[in-house]
Amino acid sequence: MSIEIPAFKIKTGTLPVLQLHILTTDMAQLKEQLALRLKLTPDFFASTPIALELSAIAESGAGLDYAELAAFMLEHGMCAAGVVGGSAGQRAAAVRAGLGLFTDAPARNIPKRDADQAPTVVHVVELHEQPELPGFSGGAAENQPADPPMAQAVAETPPVRATMVIDRPVRTGQRIYAEGGNLVVLAIVNAGAELIADGDIHVYAPMRGKAIAGAQGNEAARIFVQGMEAELLSIAGCFKVFEEGIPENVRGKPARVHLEGSRLLILPLMH
Amino acid sequence: MAKVIVITSGKGGVGKTTTSASFSSGLALRGNKTVVIDFDVGLRNLDLIMGCERRVVYDIINVINGEVSLKQALIKDKNCDNLFILPASQTRDKDALNLEGVARILEELKQSFDFIVCDSPAGIESGAFMAMYFADEALVVTNPEVSSVRDSDRILGILAAKSRRAVEGLEPVREHLLVTRYDPKRVNAGEMLSVTDIQEILRIPLLGVIPESESVLKASNSGTPAIHLDKSDVADAYRDVVGRFMGEDLPMRFVAEKAGFLKRLLGGR
Repeated sequence: MSIEIPAFKIKTGTLPVLQLHILTTDMAQLKEQLALRLKLTPDFFASTPIALELSAIAESGAGLDYAELAAFMLEHGMCAAGVVGGSAGQRAAAVRAGLGLFTDAPARNIPKRDADQAPTVVHVVELHEQPELPGFSGGAAENQPADPPMAQAVAETPPVRATMVIDRPVRTGQRIYAEGGNLVVLAIVNAGAELIADGDIHVYAPMRGKAIAGAQGNEAARIFVQGMEAELLSIAGCFKVFEEGIPENVRGKPARVHLEGSRLLILPLMH
Repeated sequence: MAKVIVITSGKGGVGKTTTSASFSSGLALRGNKTVVIDFDVGLRNLDLIMGCERRVVYDIINVINGEVSLKQALIKDKNCDNLFILPASQTRDKDALNLEGVARILEELKQSFDFIVCDSPAGIESGAFMAMYFADEALVVTNPEVSSVRDSDRILGILAAKSRRAVEGLEPVREHLLVTRYDPKRVNAGEMLSVTDIQEILRIPLLGVIPESESVLKASNSGTPAIHLDKSDVADAYRDVVGRFMGEDLPMRFVAEKAGFLKRLLGGR
């Protein structure tokens, strides 16, 4: 009856990442200026993961020894985590050097090449990672039409599974799992019963058991019930129990549940 | 065609054996050839309630092991001509039961009986499983309290998923709700669940309500099934249960209630 305690969770997150815009393919020049810049603030980059932004050198198509650059950066306390942008060849070379591929952030702040400026620019942007989870497609909008198509590791769209429909009461001790899809229950779900779905859960009857939607981490999963009397509600691992009883405005009534950030919101279905 | 009926509940002490004794007696009193089997191997009680404990020589385990014939083990009831008892063993445990053995016994009993009543042990382990596996119909005995209802819910789930009828994809086991030890006064005082509350959770047809009564204890101790008691609510209630089971349309007695405990608990609307 007890839920297994998960050993890990896969979740998407939006984290600020430092980007190092590479403006030249001249390794000697790059190293020299980087060293100079880092000398000013020796501890500033301690173990900070850095994304190498390659859009400025993408058109040139010239190669860069990413392994050498990463090793050089590490010496100075910068940790090269992966590359953003760049041509297909550049990205492939980066992968060979053991770097990751960030999906492109929307194009912005691409500095103009200026001989008088230092060729390296470091600034913080919000980098939106692409989730690699069932229920999401991996296609991000291309923002650099000049680039040739990139050899991206796009998660294949999982096969669409039929919705599981249960038309008999789900009783205490029973557990129903709709793997990879949605779950619809047309009969009562009693206390001590468990509904689990990788997608959404719908219950068109009193719901007194546990409902666990987005069981594999789909934060967009939702729960809809006709009579909210649940013991536990969970979406993508974020759960709520009702020791103090279910909130007055939804108790015993039609309700919908979704995730907003890390907060589980339970709202009346009708206003 | 003989019918196999399991008397089950999940929880112990709710009145399964009392019900098995009175229900099988009631069926027999109406002229049906009936046998009642005690599946509570190791904790046999049915023979005490039926008042035949001194006549037990062989038991169900002897029959399963092929040591004696079914005829040798069956005990004729002292009150009803049409009723026989197959007692459980007191010295063995539930592992001595097996599905093939039980299937063989039931097949043989079906040749000569109309109703085979299986008195299930409490719990959801092998003894209870053996008792319910071959059932065509189930009487789910429930007391008007939350833990009993929860256990009955669990048993109903197992019946729906693991009984022979479920496994072989036949028509599901017919389920009946029997509420025992019901006290309308305490229901009205909000100390007990009402029949409506119980049905709201279990959602199976109500076969009857047996009122709480001291006469049940007296009947048990004297080895007479409660249905034989004179001028007793309990006897009347069990007779109604048998009548409804046989298809008669009888008004539900011994239920007088207002808004119940659960409704108040959940706040209602």
